[in-house]
Amino acid sequence: MIYLRLFLTFLKIGAVAFGGGYAMIPLMRDECLANGWLSDEQLLDFIAVSESTPGPVAVNMATFVGSSQAGILGALLATVGVILPAFIVTVLLVAVLGKLLSYRGTRAVLSGVRSAVVALILSAAVIMFLSLFIGIGKIGDAATFSLPSVLLFCFLILVAWLYRRVRKKSISPIFLILLSGVAGVILFR
Amino acid sequence: MKKLFLLLFTMMKIGLFTFGGGYAMISLLENEFVSRRKWLDTEEFLDMVAIAESTPGPIAINGATYIGYRVARLPGAILGTVGVVTPSFVIIYLISLFFERFLSVPWVASAFRGVQVAVVFLIFAAALRLFKKLSKTPFAVTVFVAVTLAAVALSLFAIRFSSVWFVLIGAALGLFAYLFALLHRDKDGDRETGETKDAGETGEGGAP
Repeated sequence: MIYLRLFLTFLKIGAVAFGGGYAMIPLMRDECLANGWLSDEQLLDFIAVSESTPGPVAVNMATFVGSSQAGILGALLATVGVILPAFIVTVLLVAVLGKLLSYRGTRAVLSGVRSAVVALILSAAVIMFLSLFIGIGKIGDAATFSLPSVLLFCFLILVAWLYRRVRKKSISPIFLILLSGVAGVILFR
Repeated sequence: MKKLFLLLFTMMKIGLFTFGGGYAMISLLENEFVSRRKWLDTEEFLDMVAIAESTPGPIAINGATYIGYRVARLPGAILGTVGVVTPSFVIIYLISLFFERFLSVPWVASAFRGVQVAVVFLIFAAALRLFKKLSKTPFAVTVFVAVTLAAVALSLFAIRFSSVWFVLIGAALGLFAYLFALLHRDKDGDRETGETKDAGETGEGGAP
């Protein structure tokens, strides 16, 4: 039953994605690949749209994946699933467990979780870079190097770095997405 | 009653006008509920940020739930959360209806091949930004390096291992490190090990 599956999957993602937004991407990638819902390319397209439209990226992703698999009801269930753990935990913390976060034990556990989450985000980026742009999805794959992709990647690093040097703040993700879209039309015709 | 409606509409407005979610939304919430309406004081707001950063799920949802609860208990929490989510839900749902057809246009497909590169870059950038914010205790760095290497290696060898397990392993290691430091301290009286570890962790903003 796709509806129940969407709900439970996104409930699980919502329950372990400490730190929100990008923390959810490696988890969502695992689940979408395992269920055969999306390919890596589709996942990246969805992230781009979720990042360029208003609202929390995690929630947008849930709505998008839910809708792509099972229409409006799927969208609704996936969205509620991803929100529910955060909602419940926050209410519990405000209403009953106010002091929980200041215990040393809790902070120690969160320190381990945080390191793991950041590591997962980095490894998701590395894995997708290798498989999409270098063609190495697993050991033994013959490398099919996509020169335009790698060049565009280096170009984005340069643009982001220059912007930071000149304007002293981070470049807008939406600008980078639009810029790459234009570059894509030229490079991948 | 009037306050509940105001809460709902303010949250909808914030949901409609924040791009990128999370931290962008925190500054809007502060502006709206602390500076303008004074429904929360600054200290309560900082508690909220600490909770949002230390709990699972989207930061915007933690924020909306917390503020809603402070304003009007459970009904407030529900309305605040529904409000912040509704605009983007409608927008994304509408986009998803025609997205596939849109992607079948050749030049759009080319554009999205470029966009995919940008998204991988953004994920890299997010990982580096978050890494900078980690407190660099030997424990945190070891877990970070080990999980990164393990996750990449497992994927390259096509072994399926859900990331959920890595998060749980991280939690368990954190707990072990804490218990180990406690035991150590008990045995040797007030030795430095336990103290320095705690001092390292206070920098993370986990506690209000």
